[in-house]
Amino acid sequence: MDFPTLGSPHGTRPNRVDRVMLQVIVALIPGVLATTYYFGWGVLVNAALGAGTAVGAEALAMWLRDRPAGPVIGDCSALVTGLLLAICLPPLLPWWLTVLGTAFAIVVVKQLYGGLGYNPFNPAMAGYILLLVSYPVEMTNWLSPIPASGHRLGLDQTLAAIFAGHLPPAPLWDSITGATPLDEMRTRLDLHQMISEIRQSPLWGHFGARGWEWVGNWYLLGGLFLLWRRVITWHIPVSMLGALLLVAGLFWMLDPQTHPFPAFHLFSGGTLLGAFFIATDPVTACTTNKGQLIYGAAIGLLVFIIRTWGGYPDAVAFAVLLMNMAASTIDSYTQPRVFGHTKPRND
Amino acid sequence: MVPIAVLALSSLALALGLLLGYASQRFRVGGNPVVDKIDGLLPQTQCGQCGYPGCRPYAEAIAAGKAEINKCAPGGETTILSLADLLGKDPVPLDESLEEKLPSVAVIDEQLCIGCTLCIQACPVDAILGAAKQMHTVIDSECTGCELCIPPCPVDCIRMDPIPQDITHWKWPFPGSTHSRVGASRAA
Amino acid sequence: MPASLTPSGPTERPRQLWTFHGGLHLPDQKAQSTSRPIGRAAIPPRLVLPLQQHIGSPPEILVAPGERVLKGQLIARPEGYVSAALHAPSSGRVIEVADHPIPHPSGLSAPCIVIETDGRDQWAQLPAALPDFEQREPATLRERVRWAGVVGLGGAAFPSSVKLNPGPKRIHTLVLNGAECEPYISCDDMLMRERPHQVLEGLRVLRHMLGAELCLIGVEDNKPDAVAALDAALNQSGVEGVELVVIPTRYPSGGEKQLIQVLTGVEVPSHGIPAQVGMVCHNVGTAVAVADAVIRGRPLISRIVTLTGPGMVRPQNREVLIGTPADALIAECGGYTGQVSGLILGGPMMGFSLCSDQVPLTKGANCLLATNPESSPDPGPPWACIRCGECATVCPVSLLPQQLYWYARAKDFDRVQDYDLFDCIECGCCAQVCPSQLPLVQYYRFAKTEIWALEEDKRKAEHARQRHEARVSRLERLERQRKARLRKRKEALDGGGGRDAQDPKKAAIEAAVKRVAAKKAAQAGASSGNQAGRRSAAEISDASRDADRTD
Repeated sequence: MDFPTLGSPHGTRPNRVDRVMLQVIVALIPGVLATTYYFGWGVLVNAALGAGTAVGAEALAMWLRDRPAGPVIGDCSALVTGLLLAICLPPLLPWWLTVLGTAFAIVVVKQLYGGLGYNPFNPAMAGYILLLVSYPVEMTNWLSPIPASGHRLGLDQTLAAIFAGHLPPAPLWDSITGATPLDEMRTRLDLHQMISEIRQSPLWGHFGARGWEWVGNWYLLGGLFLLWRRVITWHIPVSMLGALLLVAGLFWMLDPQTHPFPAFHLFSGGTLLGAFFIATDPVTACTTNKGQLIYGAAIGLLVFIIRTWGGYPDAVAFAVLLMNMAASTIDSYTQPRVFGHTKPRND
Repeated sequence: MVPIAVLALSSLALALGLLLGYASQRFRVGGNPVVDKIDGLLPQTQCGQCGYPGCRPYAEAIAAGKAEINKCAPGGETTILSLADLLGKDPVPLDESLEEKLPSVAVIDEQLCIGCTLCIQACPVDAILGAAKQMHTVIDSECTGCELCIPPCPVDCIRMDPIPQDITHWKWPFPGSTHSRVGASRAA
Repeated sequence: MPASLTPSGPTERPRQLWTFHGGLHLPDQKAQSTSRPIGRAAIPPRLVLPLQQHIGSPPEILVAPGERVLKGQLIARPEGYVSAALHAPSSGRVIEVADHPIPHPSGLSAPCIVIETDGRDQWAQLPAALPDFEQREPATLRERVRWAGVVGLGGAAFPSSVKLNPGPKRIHTLVLNGAECEPYISCDDMLMRERPHQVLEGLRVLRHMLGAELCLIGVEDNKPDAVAALDAALNQSGVEGVELVVIPTRYPSGGEKQLIQVLTGVEVPSHGIPAQVGMVCHNVGTAVAVADAVIRGRPLISRIVTLTGPGMVRPQNREVLIGTPADALIAECGGYTGQVSGLILGGPMMGFSLCSDQVPLTKGANCLLATNPESSPDPGPPWACIRCGECATVCPVSLLPQQLYWYARAKDFDRVQDYDLFDCIECGCCAQVCPSQLPLVQYYRFAKTEIWALEEDKRKAEHARQRHEARVSRLERLERQRKARLRKRKEALDGGGGRDAQDPKKAAIEAAVKRVAAKKAAQAGASSGNQAGRRSAAEISDASRDADRTD
C-alpha cells in the first residue's frame, strides 16, 4: 500500500499563531470594558474602527504584494495591532486620525518590512507616535473619567463627535475633556509645584488619578491570564515593572516632593498595558530569556526618564520603539551556552 | 597666516605620503591572495564554459574586474552566492547562455575507440587512461564532467552518462512552499 | 557534579538526578501496544536484506544467487573497521542480489540480498557458546560481537563492536538506555518486562568487556511494570554494582547525551562521544543482542518491533526476523483500519514517512506507526516565524532554533554552522511547539546534508585542481624537454634527416580511420546516420606524432 509522505513531527501541534492572537484579544477584553465604563462609547467605536482598518489595510497590502490574503488575515495579528492602537487613542479622536494611524502601522511599519515576523518596530506604537507627533492637540485631548466628570456621552453623541466632528456644546465639552493624569502631573511639576500641593486636587485618587488608576488593574488581570496560558513569559513584564518601580522609588526616596510615588507610574498611562501587551510583542522584542530581562528593564528605565525629563508626558511608546532598535543586538550578546560547549557563543 | 597654513598642510601631506609609500613597500603582499580565494570557490572542472581556459584564469579575470561572477555553469547558484559573499557584490543569476547540467561522467565506447589519444590530450585533469593504439578508458572517479574530450574524438565514441542518484548522495530537499511533502511518493 | 561512583546495592535507591534544558511532556500513547505480550512473527516467504543496515561501510557479499543458506549463516562479511556483518535470518535459497526499495526517507532503492525461505528454519553451525565470558579477553568478545553483526537497536544502528572499543580512555560507567522516551514506541518496555534476565545478562557481558565499575539502567517512570520486573530480576540475580534508576518522563530523555546528563550530571562535549567522559551507553535491546551473541553464539537476526497507531487494527509488539517485508508483517497482525493515512518508521517525533509499506524491516526499525488524519493532520503551509522564542525554550541542547531556521532558509551555510547546527539531535521539540507550524527540523536536515554535499564537492574540486596543476606542470616540463631536443637537433642537422619514416604512420592512421568509418556506416545502416572522421588524416597524424614524442 502506498502512502503520502509528510515531514516530522507527525502528530498534532496545538500551538498556533491564530490561537495565540485570539488569546491576546480575549485578555484585552476586561481592560477594554473597564475603559468603556470609565470613558464611554468612544473606546469601543475606536476599537471597531481600528480593527476594521487594520484588517482592511492588511488585505490591501497583500493585494499590492500579489500574495494570498486569506492566511495572513487568518493569523489575527492585524486585528491585535488595530485593537492595541485603538485603546491607546483618546476616546473622541476624529475617525480619520484613527484610520491614518492604523493604516500607517499596518502598511508601512509591518507590511513594507515583509509582514508578520519581519518588522523591527512595534506597529501599534509606531502608529501611535505618528499621530502623537503630527497631531498633538487632538491626541492630548482626553475625556475625563465619567465618575469624575459625572457626564456620560450617549452613543449618538460619541459617533457624531468621532465621525462628524460635532463636539458637544462648550460648557459640557470643557468639563469632560482635559489632560491625562501624566500630562497634568508633568505640567504642574514643571511649574515647580510640590507633589503634596498637586495631590490636593480632586483629580487624584489613592495613587493615580481617580478613575484612571483602576483601568490599569483590568489590563493587569488580562496580563496574568496571558501568563497563565503561557502566551507570554514573565521576563519582560517583571523586568519592566521592576525596573520602573525601582528607579521611581529611588528618586521618590531622594526627593518626595518633586517625584511622585512609584505606584503613580504603575497605574498611569500605558504602563500596565505596555508591560503585558506591548513590550511582550514577540516579533519586536528580544527572544532569549536573559535578553528579555535586559530589554524589559531598559524599557522601564526609559519610561521613567522620558516621563520625568523628556518632552512628552507618556513614554511607553517611545521607550518600546527605542528598545526595538536594540533588541537584536541584545539578543546576540545574551545567547545561551549550548550543551557540550564550555562558553556561551559571543557574537 | 596663510603661508603658515599652506606650509602646515603641505608638510602634513608630504609626511603622510611618505608614510603611505613606505607602507606600500613594507607590507607588500606577494601574488594576489584574492585570486587564490576565488579559485578556491570554483569547482575546478576546467571546462572552459566561462570563456576562460580553466578555473584559475577565470579567477584572475574576476579579481581583475574583467569577468562577471555568474559565468560558471558547473558551479551553479552555490558558486555565484559564495563569490558574491566573498567579493561583497550582489548575486546575479547564472548567465543565460549557460545552463546547469546534471553531474555526469564521460564514458568511452570501447568498440569504437581507435586509440588516437586525442581525448587524453584534451582532458584537463588526466582522467583518461590509455596510450597510442591502446584502449582508452575514462577513470570514473577522476572525471569532472567538463566534456572537453568530446569534440576532439574523431570517431565520436564518447558519451556523457548522468551520475545516478543513490542513497549515499541523497540530500534532504529544501522545505520551501511544499514543506510537508518530503522524500519520494510513488506515482505508479 | 556527579554523585559518588561507589557501587551501591542491587535495589533501586533514590539517586540524585539532574535535568536537561527544555524538553516536552508528550502524551505517552503506549497503552495501546503494551496490552498484549510480545508475539512471534511468522517466517515470511521472502526475506529482503539490505546490505547497509548500519552506519559505516557496506559489508562484502559472500553468497551468490541460487546458493542455499541456513539460519544464522554469515552472508556478508564486515568490510573495514566501522562495518557490520549480515546473516541469513532463516534457512532458504538466495534468489538475487539486486536493488530493492528500502526504508529510507528518499524512497530510493539500495542493494539487497533476497532469500526465499523454505520454512524449515534450519540453523547453521554456530560458533561456540561462551557462558564463561568473564574469563575471556574483551578483544575476543568484541570479535564475537562484530561477527554477530550487532548494531545499536535504539535506532541509530551504529556497529556495537566499534562502540565497545572505546580507546585509551578508561570507562568507569556503563549506562543502559531503557528510557524509550518517544510516544507510541514500547518495544524496549516489553523487552524489559518479559526478558529482564536477558537484559541483565547483556549488562554483565558489556560490563566485563568495558571494565566499568558502575552500571546504571535508566528507565522512565511511565514504565512501572518494566521497573518492577528489572528490580525483581536484579534482586534474584544478586548482581553487584548495578543501579536501576527511575527518571522523570520527559522527551527526549532517551537521547544518549541527555540520559547521561540526567543520570550523572555530566555533559558529553560537543562533537564528542560519551567515551570521552568515561561512559558508554547502550540500548537495552542491544544488550540482549550482545548477550545472545556471546553467551549463546547467535547472530543478530531478529528484533522486537512495535506496530501501533490509530491506523493499525491490533497494536502490539512482535519479534520479527530482519528482512521481513513491512506489508506482510502488518497484514499478519490484522492490517490497517479504514482511516489510515500514513505509515511512519520510528516514532512521531523523529521517525520518517514511508511512501510504501513494501519495504523490509531492518536492524534499526523499532516501530511502525500507522497514522490517521485526526492524529497526524497535514499542517498546511506554515505562517511566518513570529520570533516568539518557544523553540529555544524547549531545545534540549540549548540551541537557538530560530536562528538556525533563518540561516538555513537563507542557505547561509557558514552562519548556520556558527550557531552549532551539527549539535542538533533532530528531536523535533522545536517544531512541536512552533506556533507558526514551521517544519523546523526539515530545514536543519536540509542544511546538514547540503553542507556535507558542499564539503564533498570542495574535496573533489581540490583534488581536480591538483590533478590539473600536475598536468599543466608535466606538459610544461615536456615542452621544455622538446625544445631542448629540437635545439640539439638543429645543431646536429647539418646532414640529412629522414622524413619518410613518417609515412608508414600516416598510412596506418588513414587505414584506421577508414576502418572505423566503415564500422560506423554499418551501424548507420540500421539507425540514422552518424558523422565519423571529422578530422583530416593529416591533423590526426600530427597530433599522434606529438603524443608519441611527449609520452
